[in-house]
Amino acid sequence: MTESTPVIEMQHIIKKFGDFAANDDINLQVQQGEIHALLGENGAGKSTLMNILTGLLQPTSGEILINGKKVTVDSPSKSDALGIGMVHQHFMLIDAFTVTENIMLGSEITKGLTLDTKTAAQKIKQLSEQYGLQVDPYAKISDISVGQQQRVEILKTLYRGADILIFDEPTAVLTPQEIDELITIFHNLAKEGKSIILITHKLDEIRAAADTVTVIRAGKSIETFPVAGVSSQELADLMVGREVHFKTVKDTAEVGKTILKIDKIEVQNARGVAAVKDFSLDVQAGEIIGIAGIDGNGQTELIQGITGLTKVQSGAVLLHGKDMTNKTPRQITETGVGHIPEDRLRFGMEVDMTLSENLALQTYYKTPLSKAGVLQPAEMDNLAQKLVKEFDVRSAGIQVTAGSMSGGNQQKAVIARELNRDNDLIIAAQPTRGLDVGAVEYIHQRLIAQRNAGKAVLVVSFELDEILNLSDRIAVINAGQIVGIVNAKDTNKQELGLLMTGMSLTDARAALKETVNAS
Amino acid sequence: MTTQKNSLSIALFSVLFGLIIGAVIMLVFGYNPIAGYMALLGSAFGSMQDVGGVLTQMTPLILTALGFTVAQTAGFFNIGLSGQALAGWVGAIWYSLSFPNMPAYLMIPSALIIGAGLGALAGAIPGWLRAQFGASEVIVTIMMNYILLFLGNNILQNTMSKGIKESAETTKQVGANASLQMKWLTDLTQGSSISAGIFISLMMIVVVWFIMTKTTLGFEIRAVGLNPDAAKYAGMSAKRNAVVAMAISGGLAGLAGTIEGLGNYLNFFTQNGSPSIGFDGMAVALLGGGSYLGILGAAVILSVLKIGGLGMPMSSGVPFELVDIVTASIIFFVGASYLIKLMQARIKAMDEKAAQTTKAKKQVAIGSANDSNQKDGE
Repeated sequence: MTESTPVIEMQHIIKKFGDFAANDDINLQVQQGEIHALLGENGAGKSTLMNILTGLLQPTSGEILINGKKVTVDSPSKSDALGIGMVHQHFMLIDAFTVTENIMLGSEITKGLTLDTKTAAQKIKQLSEQYGLQVDPYAKISDISVGQQQRVEILKTLYRGADILIFDEPTAVLTPQEIDELITIFHNLAKEGKSIILITHKLDEIRAAADTVTVIRAGKSIETFPVAGVSSQELADLMVGREVHFKTVKDTAEVGKTILKIDKIEVQNARGVAAVKDFSLDVQAGEIIGIAGIDGNGQTELIQGITGLTKVQSGAVLLHGKDMTNKTPRQITETGVGHIPEDRLRFGMEVDMTLSENLALQTYYKTPLSKAGVLQPAEMDNLAQKLVKEFDVRSAGIQVTAGSMSGGNQQKAVIARELNRDNDLIIAAQPTRGLDVGAVEYIHQRLIAQRNAGKAVLVVSFELDEILNLSDRIAVINAGQIVGIVNAKDTNKQELGLLMTGMSLTDARAALKETVNAS
Repeated sequence: MTTQKNSLSIALFSVLFGLIIGAVIMLVFGYNPIAGYMALLGSAFGSMQDVGGVLTQMTPLILTALGFTVAQTAGFFNIGLSGQALAGWVGAIWYSLSFPNMPAYLMIPSALIIGAGLGALAGAIPGWLRAQFGASEVIVTIMMNYILLFLGNNILQNTMSKGIKESAETTKQVGANASLQMKWLTDLTQGSSISAGIFISLMMIVVVWFIMTKTTLGFEIRAVGLNPDAAKYAGMSAKRNAVVAMAISGGLAGLAGTIEGLGNYLNFFTQNGSPSIGFDGMAVALLGGGSYLGILGAAVILSVLKIGGLGMPMSSGVPFELVDIVTASIIFFVGASYLIKLMQARIKAMDEKAAQTTKAKKQVAIGSANDSNQKDGE
């Protein structure tokens, strides 16, 4: 690596919130044209560091140098002026506006009293050609794909003359193909001399995209080194600070009686179209069934139908042989169902209520948490203390709002609440989405422990690794129907991938045999 | 905790700014603001009768503000407090005039329940319409204000029997068996129209606070208001809670109207528009910043302004409308609390900067002193 002046140098950054140091002496150096990954667990301090760089937060102490010159970044507009642009995980775009209008927003070119959209569109076109960011400048945001929306966000920063681009978990919302395209875009940008900071905890992506990685753990920068030749295992161990097991060891399943029986159900989505059709599946005590499929193939509607959040149009859902079709969510939970919802912020918790209240969200109306309709805060706190300890939920106390906690700890709290009730059926939708390897490992262990304790577990995930790692049996869903049910130990990613596209099991096996023979 | 402290400072800033704006306007129109405000305070606290007037003014405002807050907690914007109050007022007067011989210990509790019940019904309807059909409660409650206003007038003019009416436009006064006025209070306040209603209002602050923060019902209403999806997931019925919260909200407004009827006016008369206690209650709730103690404080402030303002023209010549400007400005500033927060942040930042520069200067001074010491040592 050339020893030229780094584009960004953050020296001894300390940021304290009260007594808590979110950043505790972090050093970061990014060279021109470098793709620099920032790797760390949830709550390690990556976002705080980037908020300092983009002017949203002020460091308690420490210095920031841009191109060797000391600067103070005390507002987001200052950060803009210094050529720092951020692509957020959640896009900040106006759906009803066109690509050009969104990009211009805040730095409009005007012609007299009217907007000069034409000149802006031309500039956008030129930028998109230069960096390989294909997008129609006149398309409406609501009409383009998530991957294209992300390109609009990237163009927005380039349009404002950014030389340093920060990406916060950019692949969380993308399909595998879009991820590959994004990595190509990263390389194009770097080739043109832009520097990229990539915040992520996906190890494969770091290895595919980044030149250099800085590991942050518990607010401290641990090490900076070139990515070439480093294994995912080494990265994971450094990030978590101990040895991480990617594959959770488990014994063979000892299945018992059927807990959940789904019998030919149909569930409609919000638009009134059948999203789940003629779907049948049995889940037995002591086994984990994984539902594999591409996002949007009816998984959400399936889970909502089973748990009573959406109406089941036809067919039946049986728990312990009892018909629970279209019962209320409370009636279903009380039959012994724990539900870890797909969207923890929307369904799983009340972000503006305290952690203690959230841990009581399913049982607040029962003794001892309430007596004769009056809440017993002391009992709620006792329960919270117990769960926080048992499930290692980290926060600044049980009276903080759930929204102020990191994603991983929010998820642990939801899981603690749902597993604590001694349910016979656990439904876990995307239980580890957006979590780092340490938290993933922990949650997998918990789910497997439930299975070993003789519970039935139904897991929905878009991540094949997770499905393969956890499941005893895998049901592949495509367009709302089961394409095939396979034993986890008899299948592999390639086969599941083909099934997920809707190919039948016999066809998929034949196709795979052919490729093996051909090679 | 911090948010409560925050809303307290917003409220105080807003009141201060509102008074300043009033003072500026008085200056512009050639009045003496100090004399104006002194007259206001004098008219509000000058005699026990004035104090009684302030307390009478506060009584319904506390209740409508509580009602607004309950609805808001559940995620509703209840603009129909006026109509719900009117429903309670008409109903309670009609009921108590219909049974002139019922003993007070039966009449008063049953009249309060009927008035509150009618308000609750008037509140539950928009709540149910929203829960069942997604109808905007804002529009429905605004429209229901008109329905209830004209329904009330129509009942008075066409339905009530002649025997209980003074004239076509006014009912008779309720008898002693239904009146909430108490002799010792009336005597103490030199004949003001204060009634036992003030005690009911103060008690309801505690009751509503208890329901909303200490019971499972309040927990559910809060959960539904903050995140209906998560509430549904946790097995709470969003529909049931919507109806219950709006019924409580309307019930409190209905109680306010009942107390206006049985405590303050003692009759019902043709209304030209929806009673102002509904809208003033919203102002009290906003100024109170969602805190139950805040509602009490805000009700005191706005009532002092209103009662004090009535006496202002006589003693200082400042027109009564000025008080409306002050009140409106206060609410404007509460609404513009973002602006105030921004100003607070600016002031804090300036303070910090000043502190840092002085600290830096001190360090430089100490540093150079050390340097010279070292030189001396050499």
